[in-house]
Amino acid sequence: MSTATLPPPLTKKDFQTDQEVRWCPGCGDYAILSAVQSVFPELGIKRENFVVVSGIGCSSRFPYYMNTFGFHTIHGRAPAVATGIKAIRPDLEVWVATGDGDALSIGGNHTIHMLRRNVGLKVLLFNNRIYGLTKGQYSPTSEFNKKTKSTPFGSVDRPFNPVSLAIGSEATFVARSVDVFQSHLKDTLKHAAAHKGSAFVEILQNCNIFNDGAWFSLTERDARSEHVIQLEHGKPLIFGKNRDKGIRRIPDGDIEVVELRNGITESDLVVHDAHHPRPSYAFLLSHMEHRPGFPTPIGVFRAWDDLPRYEDVMNQQINDVIAKRGPGDLNKLLRAGDTWEVK
Amino acid sequence: MATITETPLSKHRERIDQAVIRFAGDSGDGMQITGSQFTNTVALYGNDIATFPDFPAEIRAPAGTLPGVSGYQLHFSSSDVYTPGDAVDVLIAMNPAALKVNVADLKANGILIVNSDSFKEMDLRKAQLTSNPLEDHSLDKFRLFAVELERLTRAALDHLGLDAKSMDRCKNFFALGMCYWLYNRSMDSTVRWIEAKFKNKPLLVEANKLAMKAGYSYCEATEAFQISYEIPPAQLAPGLYRNLSGNQALALGFITASQKSGLRLFQGSYPITPASDILHELSQYKDFGVMTFQAEDEIAAITSAIGAAYAGALAITTTSGPGMALKTEALGLAVAVEIPLVVCDIQRGGPSTGLPTKTEQADLLQAMFGRNSEAPVPIVAPATPSDCFWAALEASRLAVKYMVPVIILSDGYLANGAEPWRIPNADEIPAFPVQFAKEANSPNGYFPYKRDPQTLARPWAVPGTPGLEHRIGGLEKQDVTGNINYEPLNHEKMVRIRAAKVAAIAQEIPDAVPAGDPDGDLLIVAWGSTYGAITAAVKAQREEGRRIGHVHLRHLNPLPANLGEVIKRYPQVLVPELNMGQLLWLLRAKYLVDAVGLNKIQGRPFKQAEVEQKIEDMLGV
Repeated sequence: MSTATLPPPLTKKDFQTDQEVRWCPGCGDYAILSAVQSVFPELGIKRENFVVVSGIGCSSRFPYYMNTFGFHTIHGRAPAVATGIKAIRPDLEVWVATGDGDALSIGGNHTIHMLRRNVGLKVLLFNNRIYGLTKGQYSPTSEFNKKTKSTPFGSVDRPFNPVSLAIGSEATFVARSVDVFQSHLKDTLKHAAAHKGSAFVEILQNCNIFNDGAWFSLTERDARSEHVIQLEHGKPLIFGKNRDKGIRRIPDGDIEVVELRNGITESDLVVHDAHHPRPSYAFLLSHMEHRPGFPTPIGVFRAWDDLPRYEDVMNQQINDVIAKRGPGDLNKLLRAGDTWEVK
Repeated sequence: MATITETPLSKHRERIDQAVIRFAGDSGDGMQITGSQFTNTVALYGNDIATFPDFPAEIRAPAGTLPGVSGYQLHFSSSDVYTPGDAVDVLIAMNPAALKVNVADLKANGILIVNSDSFKEMDLRKAQLTSNPLEDHSLDKFRLFAVELERLTRAALDHLGLDAKSMDRCKNFFALGMCYWLYNRSMDSTVRWIEAKFKNKPLLVEANKLAMKAGYSYCEATEAFQISYEIPPAQLAPGLYRNLSGNQALALGFITASQKSGLRLFQGSYPITPASDILHELSQYKDFGVMTFQAEDEIAAITSAIGAAYAGALAITTTSGPGMALKTEALGLAVAVEIPLVVCDIQRGGPSTGLPTKTEQADLLQAMFGRNSEAPVPIVAPATPSDCFWAALEASRLAVKYMVPVIILSDGYLANGAEPWRIPNADEIPAFPVQFAKEANSPNGYFPYKRDPQTLARPWAVPGTPGLEHRIGGLEKQDVTGNINYEPLNHEKMVRIRAAKVAAIAQEIPDAVPAGDPDGDLLIVAWGSTYGAITAAVKAQREEGRRIGHVHLRHLNPLPANLGEVIKRYPQVLVPELNMGQLLWLLRAKYLVDAVGLNKIQGRPFKQAEVEQKIEDMLGV
């Protein structure tokens, strides 16, 4: 191939493998796979530079269906494996596919440490609020009092809010989307792809076998506009079928839901600032869904990209030492310290 | 022109072959520094040495108590040294607790230097002594020198204006100065060390130097010390030498392996005793492109290394037994995805947290079998501190050649012990350049599990290589294609291939050649850090006319191909180990040999005498 001819642009098909996809018919994972396969060709990255890493669980079968480099690792450890890949090859585009059990239960430790280090990974957390691959036990995101195979009288655990956890771990990019909101999901993935540091995306996903309707309160046509608020940077926080409700700051720093009437206008509402350097505002937003009358936010909560990536700092430190000391000389190293000659 | 010189009549020098000296005190008394300074000095002079640092797990146990005692033993000689010595010629005890813990190892008529300033009522009580050993004649069989270390040190430093506590901290250097006089050694290298160590604290440079010189002069001046000793340099093979501990040697070995393979070195590690020093060492060498990653836990330490290896690095992870247990599942992943990786297990006493600072060899069966299902891993064991260098090279070479994780079994004794190392010329160490897969290996594309017929290694295609996109993972794979496959016969085939790949390494392992007698009345088969004690014992017993062979295994999995045949040449087989008989168990199972164990599980290395006693028992002499 001559340098003058460019390779043909990549298409969705280039990212599909010949492997039979083995998720249950109707699983939300299909929609996520399709969205990712659509977005990858648009990123201007060579196919061989993509690596998809996963742990264990239904979602973690993801790499087998992506025609890129792929590594299906062990339960919970994908962030750590991916960190090793990124440390050695910062030039690679590494995506992690994980689930609520994988990322928040067995792999919780790796998730928070990856985020606080700001490793340049894109993390897709498929949240269906259930253990699917082991056939239906409650997960760390299952609602309180959830009746499952392992909790016939209801679960007694309080759930994690993945977005709150990520923001609390000082993640520099945190977003949420939904399996069935295809265009929103693709947009969110593109935002994540554009972020240099750790990009954490919670994807609300249905498990039609073990937790059908996990997110129906958000996804059913009638509910959608009343219960979901879409976060868009620079735009006021408005929701409702008639776009007649919004989020307003109150003097103690908290927020409240207001109706846009009786003199309350858009200008009174919070204007979404995803680029705020501090995570406190994004954390406040992440708690809305737990409060009566508040909607559940989707979109980009936080996208603050001023923190250097972990792998860049690691490599820079090495380059700085080499620049200062010169490249290591093995004979000098072996002969370092106090030595003596035996004749 | 001939002159008559007056020599101090009362003092004389005695030439001897070897000595064993032990410094013992509180964890905070600086015994490890004192011991390593004395070691450095005698090594630079040209003696052969072996050291045994022995310290508690607590950083500062309550001062003056028995659990707080820290010791450093050094054996130095004008001939070959194999062990730190069974018993000591000179014991320096900084307090009653140190005396009580160590005095049983002092030879009769041995030199005992004690800090008499720390034998007050309260000190004795902390050491659980009911009477003062300096007064109750319990030490009569030794040459006792009760020296007021604190008072004398303070007197020497009086003019510097230091507070009492700072002056007392210099008393170990007073004791060190005494030992330098006792063995006629120059203080120069320690002076250099003090100057470098305290370069920003000139007052402390002065204080420590003065304390050491005061100790030296004290021996010179006082009538109590009549004899000093001289131990001529050893006849070591010509070359340039340095002093090297096992953990340092591993670090240097991995840097060398990185250079020789052309691969970037990545270390994922989580701090754990006694392995942390490897991380400390390697983190200094960024000029060699070394990437060290202090992970959030032991699991992230190994899985980050697996990721780095997948991306094309020479990846290692370093730990001790408890960390090894946590890495188990990930090690199985490395076996399944056939990724090169070196795992260093610096063994310590167990189970569980066990004896963090004490040595043991009880992780052999864990290394062999400690994973779910059939997951064979090659195992390499260094025999001496400096041998850790070569073990690191060998393990790295095997890992990349066979695309397999390899375990190095070192232990606390090798890790912290030191010996003179003849420095190799780096240019003469063979390179083992690695070729990543660059293009498809079949007309139908790239198959990640299409193997090299010789080594059974699969190709190593790193991300970023155009056209070689492929998926790997922990699920069972189809032979050749690497696609997920649950078929019964394919699974059995893959299990057998993974086993055959590790077994195939035996083709290139050197045959076992017994040291000592090639056939005879007794064969000793052993591994790891017991090398020194066994070598010394076999040497001594053969000088008595006994016919003994000694095979010290570098490779524990697979074993040398001829080992079964060697075992048959001897009517009796002895397997000394610092465990309940783990190699013994393997040898009995594999070769159906009625081998006998010598097993010590005390957190301490074998003494030469213990091995000799067992040999004599078995030979009926």
